Parts: sequence; C-alpha cells; structure tokens
Amino acid sequence: MSADVQLDQVWIRFGDFVAARDVNIHIQEGEFFSFLGPSGCGKTTLLRAVSGFSEPSEGRVLIGGRDMAGIGPNKRPTALIFQNLALFPLMTVWENIAFSLEVKGVGTKERRKKAEELLELIALPGQGEKMVSELSGGQKQRVAIARALAAEPDVLLLDEPLSALDLKLRQHMRTELRAIQQRVGITFIYITHDQGEALTMSDHVAVMSQGIIQQVGDGNTIYDQPETAFVASFVGENNLFKGKVSEISGDYALVDTSAGNIRARTSKGEERLSAGDEAYVFIRPESLKIANASKFDNRIGANIKQQEFEGSFWQVFFDVEGSDRDVKLSTVNDGSTLIHKVGDRVDLGFSADMAIATPAGELAAE
Amino acid sequence: MISDHIRKTFTILFVLGFFAYLFGPLIIMSLTAFNSSAFPRVTPWECFSVEWFQFLGKDAKLIEGLQNSIFIGIGVVVLAVPLGLSGALMLTQVKERVRPWYYTVTISPILVPGVVLGISTLLFWDRVGTMFGASRESVFYNGFFLTIIGQATFISAYTMLVFISRLQRFDRVQEEAALDLGATHVQTFRKILLPFLKPAIASAAVLAFLASFENYNTTVFTIVSESTLTTFLAAKVRHGINPSISALAVVIVALTLFGAALHEVFKRRELAAEKESARIAKGEQVTRKSKNRFITDPAVILIFLVTVAGLGTVYFAGTMGLDECKAAVKAEKQRVVQERVKKRQQKSMFQDAGRQALTPVPEGAGARSRPAPGTSNFQGLFSPDNLEGQAGTKETEQEQEKTRAAGTEQFQGIFAPQNLEEQSGASGEQQ
Ligand SMILES: Nc1ncnc2c1ncn2[C@@H]1O[C@H](COP(=O)(O)OP(=O)(O)OP(=O)(O)O)[C@@H](O)[C@H]1O
Ligand SMILES: [Mg+2]
Repeated sequence: MSADVQLDQVWIRFGDFVAARDVNIHIQEGEFFSFLGPSGCGKTTLLRAVSGFSEPSEGRVLIGGRDMAGIGPNKRPTALIFQNLALFPLMTVWENIAFSLEVKGVGTKERRKKAEELLELIALPGQGEKMVSELSGGQKQRVAIARALAAEPDVLLLDEPLSALDLKLRQHMRTELRAIQQRVGITFIYITHDQGEALTMSDHVAVMSQGIIQQVGDGNTIYDQPETAFVASFVGENNLFKGKVSEISGDYALVDTSAGNIRARTSKGEERLSAGDEAYVFIRPESLKIANASKFDNRIGANIKQQEFEGSFWQVFFDVEGSDRDVKLSTVNDGSTLIHKVGDRVDLGFSADMAIATPAGELAAE
Repeated sequence: MISDHIRKTFTILFVLGFFAYLFGPLIIMSLTAFNSSAFPRVTPWECFSVEWFQFLGKDAKLIEGLQNSIFIGIGVVVLAVPLGLSGALMLTQVKERVRPWYYTVTISPILVPGVVLGISTLLFWDRVGTMFGASRESVFYNGFFLTIIGQATFISAYTMLVFISRLQRFDRVQEEAALDLGATHVQTFRKILLPFLKPAIASAAVLAFLASFENYNTTVFTIVSESTLTTFLAAKVRHGINPSISALAVVIVALTLFGAALHEVFKRRELAAEKESARIAKGEQVTRKSKNRFITDPAVILIFLVTVAGLGTVYFAGTMGLDECKAAVKAEKQRVVQERVKKRQQKSMFQDAGRQALTPVPEGAGARSRPAPGTSNFQGLFSPDNLEGQAGTKETEQEQEKTRAAGTEQFQGIFAPQNLEEQSGASGEQQ
C-alpha cells in the first residue's frame, strides 16, 4: 500500500521562532519526493510533523486523505529513517529488522523469516546474527531501511540517511535507494541538503529556506526555471548580476546591471517583476560563450583572470567591471586548447533564454 | 636541579607510603585473624590458626546480625533501585529550568547526616503509627521495616546518581525509533530503555546492598530491638574484642577482592567484544573468543581455582598441628612466667630497701602521660597490661596482680621506676 501526503497550510513554531511557514505541499502516492535546503532550514521539523513526533502549530497533515491530528507516531502509517539511523545497539541485525513485528506480537519463527526476506532485499543475506556494531556504515544504512520497511509503512520518511557515508558509498546508495523505492512502490519522502542527491533520485523536489518552501517541481524545472533568487543561487552554480528592471516585454525583462543591459527570461514565481524593480540576473557557467559572442543577445566585456583544467572540462574565471564577484564559465574539453591567455580581454556572449531574472531576494550562502 | 634518580626515589617512597597508609591497617588486621592469640595482634606470633573463623561460625548472635543485615540489604535494594530509577527518569522529563532544583532536592538526603535520618525516620513513623493507633508490635515500630525505609532514603539517592550517569549516555532517538516502528510507550521502556539500563541496575543494586550492609549511623536508631552486623560489632567492641572480628574482616575483604576480580574480567571481556565488533565491521575475519560463556572463560576458571586452592591451603595449615603448637606456646609462657616470678621475688627484696629514697612519685606527671593510645575510650582495653590480661593465662593475671600490688594503686604504677624496668622487661619478651 502506498499513500499520498498533504501538508495544508502548516505552520510550526518554537516559541517565537518559526520553523515552518505556511507550507502547502501535495506529495503523490508512490513518488520519490525530496525536501532540499541548507542546514537548519526546517526540513527535519517538517518531517517530524509528518511522522507524528510533533504537531503543527497550525494547519493539517493528511496521509492517505486522513487528518493525522492527535494520532501518535506509533499509530501513523509512516516509518522514519533517522538522521543518525538510531539502530538498536543491543539487538542483532535481524532483531532490529523485525522489531516492528515483535511489538505486534508476531512469533519468533515468522519474524525470522520476514527478516531474512528483507536482508535479501537489501543485499545482506545471512548477516542477521551479527550485532549492529559489526556492520560497516553502508550496511547499517541498509539495515535501517530494512527495519523501516518491515513495518510495512505507506510512507517512508528518510532524514539525510546518506550524509554520514563517504562519497563513493553515497553515490552507490543513491541508486540503490531509488531501486528499492521502485521495487516496494511506496511513497518516499527524502530530506537532504545535497542537491545532487535530490536532483538524481527524486520525482519532485521542494526547495526550502528558513521555513519557507521556495519552489516545488521536478529536477529539470528546479534547475532550469528557478522561481526565486534563493533557488537560483542554491541549486547548481550560477553567475549573478544585480540590477534594475528597465523594461518588461512578454516573458523577457531588460535589466540594467553594472555589466551593462542584460535581456533575460523572467522567473515564474508568485512574485512577478515589473519595470523599476530590483532584480537579479542569473546565468549558468555552461551558458556563457567566448567564441562568436556577437551572435548572442547579450554581451559582456571581461578580463580572463584564471583558467583551470578539470579533465573533461575547463573552468575559466573572469573579472567583470562593476562586479565584485568573479564570473565563471565552464566549457567542455573537446580537444582544442583554449586560444586565450590569462589577462586577455574578451567578450562573453549568452542568449536571453539562458539568463533568468528574478526579484531581488535572499541568496544561498556560498 | 633535582636529578632523575632522586625524583624516582621519592616517587617510589611516596607510592609505598601511600599504599602502606591505605592498606597497612587492613593487612595487619587480616594477619591477626590467623594468630591463635586470644587478642587480635601480630606480635608475639603464637600459632597459625583458622580457629577464629570457626569461632565466627559458632557465634549465633553474629550469624543472626549477618542474616538481618543481608535481609535488610535485599529490602533496601528492592526499594532503592526502583526509586532511584524513577528519580533519574523524572530528571530527564522535567523542564530544563527546574532541573537543578529537582536535582538538589533529590540528592539532599546524601548530605544529611545519617544520624539525623535515623532519628527522623523513627520519629516520623512513630507519628504515623500513633495516628493510626497502631500497637507497638505493628510494622511502624518494626526494626526491619524502619531500617529499610530509613536507609533507602539516602541510598536511593546513590542509585539515582548511577542511573543518571547511565541515562546521560542514552540516545533518546532510539525511543523515538521504537515508537515510530509501532511500539507502545510501555514496550519502548521494556525493550529499549530497560536493556540499556541493565548494567546500571546491577551496579545500583550492588551499591545499594553494600551501602546498606555497612551502614551504622542510621541503623543504630532505626533497628530498635533487632541487630544487624554493624550494630552487633559495635556492641561487641564495647564489651571486649577477639580475633574473630578480624576473621570476619578477612572474609569481607576476600569477598570484595573476589568480586572485584570477577568484575575486572567481565569488563575486559566487554572491551574485547567491542574490539572484535569493530574489526568485523571493517571486514576482517575474526574467530570469536568473547562468545564463550562467562563461566567457561579461562580467567574466571583461574580465579575460582586460585580461590579454592587458597582456601584449602589456609584451612589445612590452620588446623594441622595447631594443638601441638598451642601446647608448646603455653608451655613456653609458663616457663617465662615462672622465671619472672622468681626474678621478682629476688628483686622486691632488694628494692624494698631502696624504696624510701625514691618516693613519692609525682602524681601529675603520671596522670598526664597516662592515657596510652586508645586507652581512654576503650577503658584501657588496649593498654599494654590489659592486652596481656585479655590474652591471659591465669599465670599472667596472677603476675599482674602482684605488679599492681607493687606499684602505686591509682595508676597501676606504670611510671614508678621499678615498674618501668619491669614493663620494658615484659615488652622485651613480647618482641
Ligand atoms: N525543539 C526545538 N526547539 C526550538 N527550536 C527548534 C527545535 N527543533 C528545531 N528547532 C529549530 O528549528 C530550525 C530547523 O531545524 P531542523 O532540525 O528542522 O533543521 P534541518 O533543516 O533538519 O537542518 P539539518 O540539515 O542541519 O538537519 C533550527 O533553527 C532549529 O534550531
Ligand atoms: Mg535535520
């Protein structure tokens, strides 16, 4: 079974502090949904409201259409994988996995059988007799997943479960998690501050900052059409030019920046730009071109400051007049060496469709 | 600059001194338990014997006190462990702001003198008893009941401290995990928290039992007409002392050592198991050693063997040839005494003549230097002449009578010149 989860005008307060502000999200059943945001933005808090460890100060949490108000964590059809896993150190692996059955009064034999099935699923067959302390980090991770799945939840909640693993293992576990989710077919709600994780695994991503949901969408949309300055600066890399809107025409805006006038698509968030507004223009490093700059809508004069070779691509850093940040360009290494040297003055070109103008607002910390 | 050599020497001296200070009394006391002499002492060494241990077993009053102590100890464990646990759990639940106050209040019985606790327990339950119009035979006036309650008031604060320190290492998230997996609060307590607290429960129980077992200050009031080991011992010391008390001390010390050794083995096994786990987690092939049962652990077996062998040897050495040895000692004593009596007769004839010239002995000087260590409190129990009196064969007693007669009446003439000589003569024999 699987269930959808609905957060309906959810506010969560700790005293005067607002940890979640008017959150409205509908998570479809059977999907892999991620909350993405920097540390301390309220992700865990939201998840705890779904799992029942805290009640929202205002608003409703609905799971499978049922209002969860007053229903404790042990009665909700959810299972949570904790940030630190919280495996039971005094139990063996199989006892851990079968704990949810034990508290339901299921007999030893059946528990054992179920545990063995789940060990099979997480690719740890025959390891049930080990103690938890005898597992490696990745194995613990998988046991935590198995333990949660044993409870047969409709919704599995995962709180940064991979953050303690090293990079290699993390990448491996991503694929594995996604595979498990597709096999069991239940709703996964996944929390992370790692955008790579969120974008690769999820059907939908909600980007959060300071208790506010900035944008909900699939990975492509989040990356290509950020709706707020925060999303544009948090997800992926972006060059930023600050300025003022001088003209709006259809979906495009002309923004007067320190580097000159830039034509850019306007963002599609709730807040729309109009002439005279403060605006931020974002351009991805891979959208900037040096060659044939003249055929693009936008051109910026810049001095090459530094060139870095990274194997499959080059990173080039520029000084642009009137901007205190370096502008970054990345280009695929196609075998032809770069024709420019450090210190050369060049024109950087980019199309208006590749630049996006958002209302000025909060930016992600670098 | 102090050279390394000197520093080293001083360190060694300090360590030796420190240990001598710590364990010297215990060692001396333990030795006295094996001396057949009727007063606990190491010199003169008479015969190696275990008769004081046998004597111990025959002392019905002592056995009764011991039984009572054990009974009360168990009662205190049953009462103080759950109390301490709930106190500690409560501490984790109360608001941050109230916590220091709560802590201070619950810990305060430790700071209250045991005497006060004892008296107040007595008074309080007397009031309660009166309120219900209970008879003197009722539970409110029962020594066991009062002692268990009275001791538990401060011992549960000890056990609470044990639980608090264990709870501080508990990962609260585990409780949430259990709840999240569908466990009820009771199940969470039973299956998660309680197993985690198990070692602390064991420590707290041992601590509570020992604290109860050795308690005197509170017990002496609350025990009413019964007796415990400590109150019995205190009464006994007042009436006179023999090495069976040392023997009891030896038994207790031995049990403590035994327990400490087992505990150490237990701890090492846990450590080894942890290391093994870490190595297994790293993927090494490890043959498990720590999975053997505790009972079959080589170290445990060794401890048991050493203990049994030690007990056997001591028993054997302490009973074999004891009677012969005692007879020899007795004969030797008689010989010494007779010799002394002879000497004295000669001397007194000689001294009677010189006495007029030397008297009077200044009384003040005698009075001031009179109280030998421990003498005043124990009514002369430990004064050298009494030591002999206690140990006394009839002969020595007779001899002393004569000494007294010869000396000044009030101060038994220790400092009269002629007696000084005699005393040194006696102690010379003792060495
Ligand atoms: N019980 C609480 N009382 C007061 N403030 C709290 C409480 N729990 C969380 N907060 C605050 O709410 C904010 C959000 O916390 P939360 O744990 O949800 O962050 P997070 O997004 O999960 O961060 P991380 O990625 O570091 O885990 C933080 O500023 C935190 O200090
Ligand atoms: Mg968190």
